[in-house]
Amino acid sequence: MMNPARRATRILTLANPFSKRTRTSAMMDRYTWFEVVLIYLGIFVFLAFMLAPFVEGFLVSLKPLSQLFSTPYNFWPENASFEAYVTMWDRIPYFALYIFNSLLIATAATLIVLVLVVPAAYAFARFSFKGMPLLLGAFLAVSMFSGAVLLIPLFRLMRTLGILNTYWAMIIPGAAFLIPSAIWLLRTYMMRIPPELNEAAYMDGASQFYTFRRVILPLARPGIIVVAIMTFIGAYAQQFIFALTFNSKTEFMPLPVGLFAFFGRQEVVWNELMAASFVGIAPALVIIFFLQRYLVGGLTAGAIK
Amino acid sequence: MTQSRAAWYFAWALLAPAILYVLVIVAWPLVETVRLSFTDASLRKTVNYVGWENYTRIFDRDFAEIILRTFTWTFFSVLLKMVIGMFGAVLLNCAVPGRNLFRILTMPPWIVPMAIGIFMWGWMYNGQFGMISGLLQRFGFVDGPVAFLAYGNTAYWATIVTDVWIGVPMVTIYFLAAIQAIPRDLYEAAWTDGASRWYRFRRITLPLMAPAIITMSMLSLIATFNSFDIIWILTQGGPSGSTTTMIIDTYQTAIGSKKYGQGAARAVVICIFLSLFCIAYFRMTRKLSRQEKV
Repeated sequence: MMNPARRATRILTLANPFSKRTRTSAMMDRYTWFEVVLIYLGIFVFLAFMLAPFVEGFLVSLKPLSQLFSTPYNFWPENASFEAYVTMWDRIPYFALYIFNSLLIATAATLIVLVLVVPAAYAFARFSFKGMPLLLGAFLAVSMFSGAVLLIPLFRLMRTLGILNTYWAMIIPGAAFLIPSAIWLLRTYMMRIPPELNEAAYMDGASQFYTFRRVILPLARPGIIVVAIMTFIGAYAQQFIFALTFNSKTEFMPLPVGLFAFFGRQEVVWNELMAASFVGIAPALVIIFFLQRYLVGGLTAGAIK
Repeated sequence: MTQSRAAWYFAWALLAPAILYVLVIVAWPLVETVRLSFTDASLRKTVNYVGWENYTRIFDRDFAEIILRTFTWTFFSVLLKMVIGMFGAVLLNCAVPGRNLFRILTMPPWIVPMAIGIFMWGWMYNGQFGMISGLLQRFGFVDGPVAFLAYGNTAYWATIVTDVWIGVPMVTIYFLAAIQAIPRDLYEAAWTDGASRWYRFRRITLPLMAPAIITMSMLSLIATFNSFDIIWILTQGGPSGSTTTMIIDTYQTAIGSKKYGQGAARAVVICIFLSLFCIAYFRMTRKLSRQEKV
């Protein structure tokens, strides 16, 4: 059953304590040329699916309208130009405002979430009083309901509060549904801060609040940054249904809803819509590029034990 | 005693703002939805309690069909997300040059504003000028243009594909982390004993990833069940109701036709299903953690 060559390398590498891990691992991870081709082929197919809409969208934004609406279909643009990126500003007069609104709504929602979640996550991480596990479960259950299910009462609530057709109508409900994952993520992070620090602070006569503000918060800052980034991305990416339902004023619309109105018309000027989309997603792409490590860490921190 | 009393007050003081917020924005609307579902609330000023009428009237229309469609739509979407996500995670775990770049390139669909990704798919599905129809014709798979969003069957699958596309990055990254959490010693021991790659995947990777797979399929299930943006932007539930899921149906009834009472009854049905999913999930995780202890 045993493969003698492999067994030999394992024994040899075991004998040498310095090369144990690297040698066996390296041997195991060595692929034949055929396997390498298969792996790259698989990755190519996978990424083709993930990126096809962006590639196609970008090429469309470069094509002149006449070429866009011509058959047969041409993948590569002929006489490509960035003209659509200039003309779209006239076609969508509020475009800059839409992007500003999107950023404003996402930022405000993130701030609300942080103010609520940082103390709550600390409480869940450090104290275990009666009822708290149940409460944590209740918080997590919030993420079960999408806003769509609660739209009717939320609509009436917004109307009663008199904030329909304002930024608040999009910020306040949006923030609520970002709370569960933020609590979960930050709680996991804060549980790693040693409880001995609390005891030491208590021994020195520090109050609970002082300990939280001067000991825990500085230590938790990297975790808070990750949560802030994740929340911001969620808030930026998912502003559709509340903005669609609770706001009808063009000047308050975030980008997705603003473009949706444009998208819904009979004569869609596709190259300009795609150009606008690319300008609109630029902030998100910049974030991915620079914060990639935080993203992977943030996405998986709460998940793996 | 004073310490713990003080700590008790402090802990609940920390929790209070978040509790209050969620009570007002989520819990109260939830209760209100249940109350409204027993009324004939609409744009009119007067509201009467109508008992179970809204629930019985749900079945006037093809509600059973909508439920069934929601379940099959969700099932196919979640299944594809899991399979493609696993495929991606295993490949991105391979030690080949460029894998960090490939990992970054997986993320755009998840990170970009959803609606914008959906616009792009909307153009790709265009029958006359879109990429998919164009390429299918070019390679001779179909004779004429295929307007994917104009026919019930193709619109159904088109919306699923877009939903899968948006869901896959998160599943992939999560699975990738789960694979990396598996101790390498296991693979090395199996490798020493001459186990093939496929055997190692089937006997080490898959079983040890069971908790991650269950967690992720559950989270996807809930997200997919609630999926609204994709269908609303691409088809608004059409053509002739072929992509109308329960969420879309609720939205059309409540916001479109302003029948708040009937919409609320539909929302309650959705909540019941979601609660059942959650209960099933907790049962499953509890069973798993018990197995781990043994």
